[in-house]
Amino acid sequence: MHIKEEMAERHTLSILVDNEAGILARIAGLFTARGYNIESLTVAEVTEKQDVSRITIVTSGTPAVIEQIIHQLDRLIPVHSVTDLSARGPHVEREMALVKVAGTGEHRIEALRLADVYRARVVDSTISSFVFEVTGSTEKVDTFIKLMRQVGLVEIARTGVVAINRGVERT
Amino acid sequence: MTTQEIGGAEILVRTLSDLGVDVIFGYPGGAVLPIYDALFKQDRIKHVLVRHEQAAVHAAEGYARSTGKPGVVLVTSGPGATNAITGITDALMDSIPIVVITGQVATHLIGTDAFQEADTVGLTRHCSKHNYLVKDPARLGAVVAEAFHIATSGRPGPVVIDLPKDVQVATAPYQTPGKVEHKTYKPQIKGDEAAIAQAVEMLANAERPILYTGGGVINSGPHAAQLLRELAKTTGAPVTSTLMGLGAFPASDPQWLGMLGMHGTYEANWAMNQADVILCLGARFDDRVTGRLDAFAPHSKKIHVDIDRSSVNKTVRVDLPIIGDVGAVMDDILALWRANGHKARDLGGWWRQIDGWRQKQSLAFEQKGDEILPQHAIRELWKATHARNPIITTEVGQHQMWAAQHFDFNDPNKWLTSGGLGTMGYGLPAAIGAQMGNPDALVIDIAGEASILMNIQEMSTAAQYRLPVKVFILNNEYMGMVRQWQELTYASRYSSSYSEALPDFVKLADAYGWTGIRIEGPQELEAGIRQMIETPGPVMVDCRVAKLANCFPMIPSGAAHTEMLLQAAEVSGELDDEAKALV
Repeated sequence: MHIKEEMAERHTLSILVDNEAGILARIAGLFTARGYNIESLTVAEVTEKQDVSRITIVTSGTPAVIEQIIHQLDRLIPVHSVTDLSARGPHVEREMALVKVAGTGEHRIEALRLADVYRARVVDSTISSFVFEVTGSTEKVDTFIKLMRQVGLVEIARTGVVAINRGVERT
Repeated sequence: MTTQEIGGAEILVRTLSDLGVDVIFGYPGGAVLPIYDALFKQDRIKHVLVRHEQAAVHAAEGYARSTGKPGVVLVTSGPGATNAITGITDALMDSIPIVVITGQVATHLIGTDAFQEADTVGLTRHCSKHNYLVKDPARLGAVVAEAFHIATSGRPGPVVIDLPKDVQVATAPYQTPGKVEHKTYKPQIKGDEAAIAQAVEMLANAERPILYTGGGVINSGPHAAQLLRELAKTTGAPVTSTLMGLGAFPASDPQWLGMLGMHGTYEANWAMNQADVILCLGARFDDRVTGRLDAFAPHSKKIHVDIDRSSVNKTVRVDLPIIGDVGAVMDDILALWRANGHKARDLGGWWRQIDGWRQKQSLAFEQKGDEILPQHAIRELWKATHARNPIITTEVGQHQMWAAQHFDFNDPNKWLTSGGLGTMGYGLPAAIGAQMGNPDALVIDIAGEASILMNIQEMSTAAQYRLPVKVFILNNEYMGMVRQWQELTYASRYSSSYSEALPDFVKLADAYGWTGIRIEGPQELEAGIRQMIETPGPVMVDCRVAKLANCFPMIPSGAAHTEMLLQAAEVSGELDDEAKALV
């Protein structure tokens, strides 16, 4: 007997929650307890009174699983709302990465040239290294990192996806 | 400290009392001493001292399920809390409203691996409906009121309040709990009107309708059980129920098909399979009910009424979800049905089909010889007690399924069993809780000899509070359901399923100050049961039954409703791996 895998879709969920102790564990734990995937998760306070946080989760699953994830999240007492940005329509997704590259000579020049193409900013520099700050879609950040691997990549820090829907309405 | 300020422990006890709590099931320990002292100084709340914290939770569940009021538990930190976890999970799975108060080490000691420290909020986060760690006595009253609101509204469930010892001692002003308005938690009670209108049309035009009901009908209150009867009368549709829903519809009614699912009746499962419209009321398409999903009720349009949106489309896709309280929705369905002038259709053809399935007599058994058949014992128990409308609790296993099949219930809140989690050891403490809430009722735990040993220490609790619970053990010297599965799917390799070294239950009863009765043959059954009922105080009956009896009908793992087994002869010796993996 073998375990069967089903086709998964990628969805970006935006969740507004009470900013209380343990909320992140509650959300993340729900994903592990019910066997859902988390591809990335970001969280920060988003209201003036600092009482509500927005959690952006990129997850994947079959349409039925995505529907379950939304309903299971919505059922948690401190959750205000759950929005499936991928289903809702046009939205903006951004990720930020800090990418450290070391090298001299041709590699160093090439790294700087590529950074310029990707509109990555230099936020730290030594004689033999740079730290680039690159912002954009997950795909753009992925591509930039792939290129940096060939010119002396040392290490990466990434934020994961933050997202918001386009237009005047709030999610 | 101003004069109005009182300690956290007093705030807790006063709030509980103001919320109408009259009994708490608990066990003291270091981290709850201030609360026990506050309990000592008052007389509005009675405390029932259990002998193990798991039993405190099951007792609270039994109390809640039989009275419709929330059950309350009080345990200490560390092992008190971890012992309670099985019960908390049980209440979550079966949607039982309870509030569990756990002591915690003082705030400044949290995280230091202090004596009897456990991360209770972390441990209970995913086995409770909600939980709290209260760090400010001024917040305590509001948290407790909110906890009761959350436990009892929407889809009910367990709520845990973790209370550090310093917060129990620190003082704050007391405020009488008011109405709770939660800013985000607002369960939907009324169903969507358009969806209800659509449901009414589907039901009115159905040729082969069936009402598939569950524990939600009981949670919705006695009014919902009444509405279910009206709905069945009005539509003429047959009614089946999950294990959790038994009693919401009277078993004596001709429209009753019996329980459905793995050990359900032939007619209930075939009617589900052949129905054209299924109205699911407060049930959740559990795997024990559906059997193989791709073969589940293939010809039907499904309407699912549930207060919990995440129950809809979880395992089975439905055609029409209605989110709301099942009682409120049935009320609206009935009102609209009448307003539209619908009459029950002639369902004669459908009932003839059902009568054909009934001819199979899937629950029939023949009592002969010297061995008592367990089914016969339960039927005799029913005959001798049903006039008193008893409350029946069970443990988990074969005896539980036989009780569900052969003990008929005509009212809600009389059948207390661990359905979702399947917790052995549930029945005795649940009976204790039910007896506390219903002092004049006849409360019987139908048990197995293996399950009863899992919380046997609670005999002491029943003795202390002079609770006249009756424990009726169907003793076949096996963990019967495990043995049955080993017989049917593992070629009778009985690995660790024999109940070795059993105690003498009659002597055990004597040791605890109970009355013990042994029933060894069919001719002793009637007198033994009568003696059990007539003996005041707690009674334990050791009823020796056929050792190798199997519980049928049965839908084997991974099979469809139409592939029910009616007797052991239809079973092959071993299942394939796919079926074994399904459980």
